[in-house]
Amino acid sequence: MKAEQLEFPIEPRKHYLNANYGVRSWLFTVDHKRIALLYLGTITVMFFIGGIAAVLFRLELATPEGDVVISETYNKLFTLHGIIMVFFFLVPSIPATLGNFLVPMMIGARDLAFPRLNLASWYCLVIGGLFTLGAILAGGVDTGWTFYTPYSSVYSNTFVVVTIIGVFIAGFSSILTGLNFIVTIHTMRAPGLTWFRLPLFIWAHYATSLIIVLGTPVVAITLGLVVLERVFGLGIFNPSLGGDPVLFQHLFWFYSHPAVYIMILPSMGVVSEVITCFSRKRIFSYRFVAFASIAIAVFGFLVWGHHMFVSSQSVYASMIFSVLSMVVAIPSAVKVFNWTATLYKGSISYQTPLLYGLGFIGLFTIGGLTGIFVASLGVNVHVHDTYFIVAHFHYIMVGGALMGYLGGLHYWWPKISGRLYPEGWAKFAALVVFIGFNLTFFPQFILGYLGMPRRYHVYPEEFQVLNVMSSAGASILGIGYIIPLIYLIWSMRYGKPAGSNPWGSTGLEWQTPSPPPTYNFEKTPIVTGEVYDYGKGKQVSRG
Amino acid sequence: MAEGPGAVAHQFDDFAQQHEASTLGMWAFLITEIMFFGGMFLGYVIYRASYPEAFADASNHMDIILGTINTAVLIASSLTVVLAVYAAHESKQKALLVFLALTILLGLVFLGIKFTEYAHKFEEHLFPGLNFQYQGENPGHAAIFFSFYFAMTGIHALHMVIGIGIFLVLMFSAWRGRYSKHYFTPVEMAGLYWHFVDIIWIFLFPLFYLLGRHS
Repeated sequence: MKAEQLEFPIEPRKHYLNANYGVRSWLFTVDHKRIALLYLGTITVMFFIGGIAAVLFRLELATPEGDVVISETYNKLFTLHGIIMVFFFLVPSIPATLGNFLVPMMIGARDLAFPRLNLASWYCLVIGGLFTLGAILAGGVDTGWTFYTPYSSVYSNTFVVVTIIGVFIAGFSSILTGLNFIVTIHTMRAPGLTWFRLPLFIWAHYATSLIIVLGTPVVAITLGLVVLERVFGLGIFNPSLGGDPVLFQHLFWFYSHPAVYIMILPSMGVVSEVITCFSRKRIFSYRFVAFASIAIAVFGFLVWGHHMFVSSQSVYASMIFSVLSMVVAIPSAVKVFNWTATLYKGSISYQTPLLYGLGFIGLFTIGGLTGIFVASLGVNVHVHDTYFIVAHFHYIMVGGALMGYLGGLHYWWPKISGRLYPEGWAKFAALVVFIGFNLTFFPQFILGYLGMPRRYHVYPEEFQVLNVMSSAGASILGIGYIIPLIYLIWSMRYGKPAGSNPWGSTGLEWQTPSPPPTYNFEKTPIVTGEVYDYGKGKQVSRG
Repeated sequence: MAEGPGAVAHQFDDFAQQHEASTLGMWAFLITEIMFFGGMFLGYVIYRASYPEAFADASNHMDIILGTINTAVLIASSLTVVLAVYAAHESKQKALLVFLALTILLGLVFLGIKFTEYAHKFEEHLFPGLNFQYQGENPGHAAIFFSFYFAMTGIHALHMVIGIGIFLVLMFSAWRGRYSKHYFTPVEMAGLYWHFVDIIWIFLFPLFYLLGRHS
């Protein structure tokens, strides 16, 4: 036995993780899979920093008095939470990690079109993050993540300029990633992989990239003008010098509303993959789901004015924006109905990724429907700047985008790490996240409807019960996020080997070993059929 | 992206695919640039519509002679860039080097003239925020005109500085014989970028120097 081992030493298979070792091999890598992991580490750190801020202000809000922090600290905490979570977690979350890893693999390519640009985009995020974290350590920012002028450009005495420089640099990270995806999807698809054979994850990322490329430069120059105004005392957004602060809001929301779709569209892509795989059915009406992504991207650019119904915007403009905002509900509903129809009569297995996928459908539906409430002019005036809005966008950004992110992370974890995560713990964590999330944010709908405004650290006593529920939910939610962090790290070393295709999926990314070799495929796959070919109960291997 | 002369990077199958990807990437990048400048153009248009007299009055302080010369210089540099790209296509090493050098020279002339204009504006106390003194009806509104003037032409000039840097790198590679009819993508991409920077100026010049002028 021993001699035999000596005679035939088992050589570990070379893959992207053990191709070479050392810090340099990671910091100077141009492999999209390694860059995806760099992003994963970075945004996980950012997520927990933003989460700590949330823990602190939920603690403050457990009592009506301002007893944990003073109002200035409270302002800095919610600003920190918003900036970190939006610009350094949610916007890069799925595209920069799962997208980076999967876009080339799903289309049968060896890498993205511009690997070095891809690495540069990670450095942009890190450098931007360091600027922003530096501003926080130096004393923080209190403008809110929206940087409304003239408070941000003239009056705030906090570190606005450094923070904006950080966000500006991080914006380039986003732009370069989007640009890379567009070019890769256009020019590097495997032979036979026509547009309508692409996985819906790719369609979602294509739509996301369009928004990134068209929207991010606008917020970059807008924030750049805020910096110039603050440094040189220009008057572009300062009403006392003849400038127009509402112009800032227009330009800011021109990006920052579509940014919500940057967060939610990739999640929708994940859900399309997960639902088809775990119900063993082809997607119901592929083209409608694909074009719904594009429609959301297009309409998303035409609705920014619904943030400004009480900001002196003309009532006629508000009416148009109101109608257009409701139009976005149509492609969103198309997706929800088609996922439901896909599940119908499927052979469903309730694995963790599907639990997150189902959570997404339910929570996104609530977030989307309350979006119609707040898009109607009358209701909007009543709930404007209340906790109703906070609850609404957390149902989209956390209940939607983050659920999709976690579902996707579990679904592709065997491919990324080559190991299975512990299914029991993962199901438990998914349940904890779902319960914690609803306990945190559902009371906020009621609080807002009853009139509690956002961004205050003290409140009348009659709101305490609901606020305590929300704070209790937040701590459950926090535990729900820490459990996956522990078992996913644990599984990298101790998890069972996954094999190339543990879920029996038809996607191209599963037709290569896990973890994949550095160049993804032994030879370029040739695609001959549609993507979700789960028909007739048998697994069809493509390529 | 290539490792050696004419090499195709590992992620591409062939030169044609690589060239197509680079071209699409460059055009997508230029779209982001249009959106980037677009934010400022939008702001300019809105304030021009809000304060037409102040803007017309302020535009009289622009140096139309230097502005016109600069426009001509920049258009000439676009010609030399096209000729450089042509030289690369035709594998004419010497011509490529000459036209790249001419482009850099014209770019530097533009920046020199721009710097002179800026210096004059400082002397006339027309830089908003620092020492702004304006003899006119609405100094505050004129300050917005000059805010946009310095922000837009300043960011345009920054793009030119980056472009000149790119051409210096290209010259170094051209001097080492990297470019030929088999591999000219970087020259062509840099050319696209330079034309874009020119086009931005073609819009800036009338907006600031010509519109509403009455002296």
